[in-house]
Amino acid sequence: MAAEQPLATPAGDQTRIHNIGYRTYDGPRLGRSYATRSLYSQSLRGAYGLGRSVKSKVLPMLLFVVMCVPAAIMVAVAVATKAKDLPVDYTRYAIIMQAVISLYVASQAPQSVSRDLRFKTVPLYFSRPIESADYVRAKFAALASALFILTAAPLLVLYVGALLAKLDFGDQTEGFAQGLVSVALLSLLFAGIGLVIAAVTPRRGFGIAAVIAVLTISYGAVSTLQAIADAQGSGSAVPWIGLFSPITLIDGVQSAFLGATSAYPGGIGPSYAEGVVYVLVVLGLIAAAYGLLLRRYRKVGL
Amino acid sequence: MIATESLSKRFPRVTALDRLSVDVGPGVTGLVGANGAGKSTLIKILLGLSPASEGRAEVLGLDVATKGAAIRERVGYMPEHDCLPPDVSATEFVVHMARMSGLPPAAARERTADTLRHVGLYEERYRPIGGYSTGMKQRVKLAQALVHDPQLVFLDEPTNGLDPVGRDDMLGLIRRIHTDFGISVLVTSHLLGELERTCDHVVVIDGGKLLRSSSTTDFTQTTTTLAIEVTDTDEHPDGTRALRDALHARGVELHDEGAGLPGAGHILLLTASGEETYDLVRDVVADLGLGLVRMEQRRHHISEVFKNDTERDEQRKEAVGHGS
Repeated sequence: MAAEQPLATPAGDQTRIHNIGYRTYDGPRLGRSYATRSLYSQSLRGAYGLGRSVKSKVLPMLLFVVMCVPAAIMVAVAVATKAKDLPVDYTRYAIIMQAVISLYVASQAPQSVSRDLRFKTVPLYFSRPIESADYVRAKFAALASALFILTAAPLLVLYVGALLAKLDFGDQTEGFAQGLVSVALLSLLFAGIGLVIAAVTPRRGFGIAAVIAVLTISYGAVSTLQAIADAQGSGSAVPWIGLFSPITLIDGVQSAFLGATSAYPGGIGPSYAEGVVYVLVVLGLIAAAYGLLLRRYRKVGL
Repeated sequence: MIATESLSKRFPRVTALDRLSVDVGPGVTGLVGANGAGKSTLIKILLGLSPASEGRAEVLGLDVATKGAAIRERVGYMPEHDCLPPDVSATEFVVHMARMSGLPPAAARERTADTLRHVGLYEERYRPIGGYSTGMKQRVKLAQALVHDPQLVFLDEPTNGLDPVGRDDMLGLIRRIHTDFGISVLVTSHLLGELERTCDHVVVIDGGKLLRSSSTTDFTQTTTTLAIEVTDTDEHPDGTRALRDALHARGVELHDEGAGLPGAGHILLLTASGEETYDLVRDVVADLGLGLVRMEQRRHHISEVFKNDTERDEQRKEAVGHGS
């Protein structure tokens, strides 16, 4: 090999290969919280397929576009027709697009945690400085952030569009802020539910099916029951039934506190007192999901 | 490097470790035991991931019960099972694992490139891991354990599933981890034979108990068994028998074990007491004009360590019996 004859080649010849041997690392080791943050950013990027294969970018990116396009169209219509208001409330947008959000959770929650279980990568994490609680925190925060990006981006489109259409700044800002609070809650709730289901199974397919089933079946059952209750004239039962599916929970919270009009049959949202129960249930579910994940990962050792 | 003191781990049904006390110094140390002997349990405790039922252990002078995170920052771990996601490249995966060990992004990339080169992965490191051979996957697993330049690595069955060539490559690499990289190694295997060649020190455990802990030179001197197979010639129609007689005449003791195994009649087993034995066999075979088909060291299994120990115990008892 020419590389081993330095005498033959004049100094400064850059084509020479130097075998510099093993170099030790004396630089900083940033420890647990840095590792947790790294896991968070890696998982968040992964939720949109960044840093992964082209194939895995398709679905999340497509869903993101599908989420934003209707908002863009609404804005275009509002600007073109010089409307006095946006066709859809900020808070209502996520409720209308719930199928897309559910699909996103169903595809990305298993991607985030089932893969680590399936390919047994979890032991590699836990043989490093992070603890299982750090892992859960990073994964939960990453999926909730990914969902927040998915649900808040169209609201931002609406808001910017509304300002371009010279709608009332105060009204729009208030609506936008309420919308953001609502989707933040929704993101935490959906991320929790999605991760708990996905963390049970190492099989991605099962995870996807289970998440879709839980989100759509619960919504279907609840809205059917609500419609029946409403038709039977027992309208007071409608808000209580709404407690049993994630999307109607969010709907209830925002119609009680965030100035939204309820999508419930007959438009009967929960009262203020019922709204408090809604908020407690939502926060309770988020906490329970977090607790269950902690318990799940305490058991998954090496 | 590692010190345990009457370390015990009891599960509701089984005792995985039973009052294990070992001291492991720098260098390459083999941890040998049959499946279920407690090797993986020991590693888990040493990584601070599973509390011991009794006793204490220290890794790099840090107590495993209280300093788990600090230990895991300075130690690398290569698991026995598959642990690689197939849809990312080796580079991306190892960079991520380096950051999980606390390396800043730039250092993580630099160390990943270095480490992958040292374990022998070049252009293929940009391809998804799913398309790798078993040998390449083992190298990636090894790289992720070394990427943060630990002071000590735990390698759990690194030669599992490799063909003979891959096995030798891996063993050579393990040797280099200590000699070239200056990282101490604790490597587990259920084959004593392959560890004898790479390790400075071998610890044998069985049923969670320490069976033996000694330097490898002790092992090879006392337990090397040679298997010899020769051809038959016109002059000696039964070459094996001729060799057996000739060796017997020179005072070399032959084993009878192996009788009953297929092909046992054609293989002679004898204990090598040193370099001279090899020369003697060569000379005897040459004098008889036979062809030497094979002369190899037999792989030792844990059972043989057992047997040797019990044999020695019996001999000792006999000796005592004679003395009295």
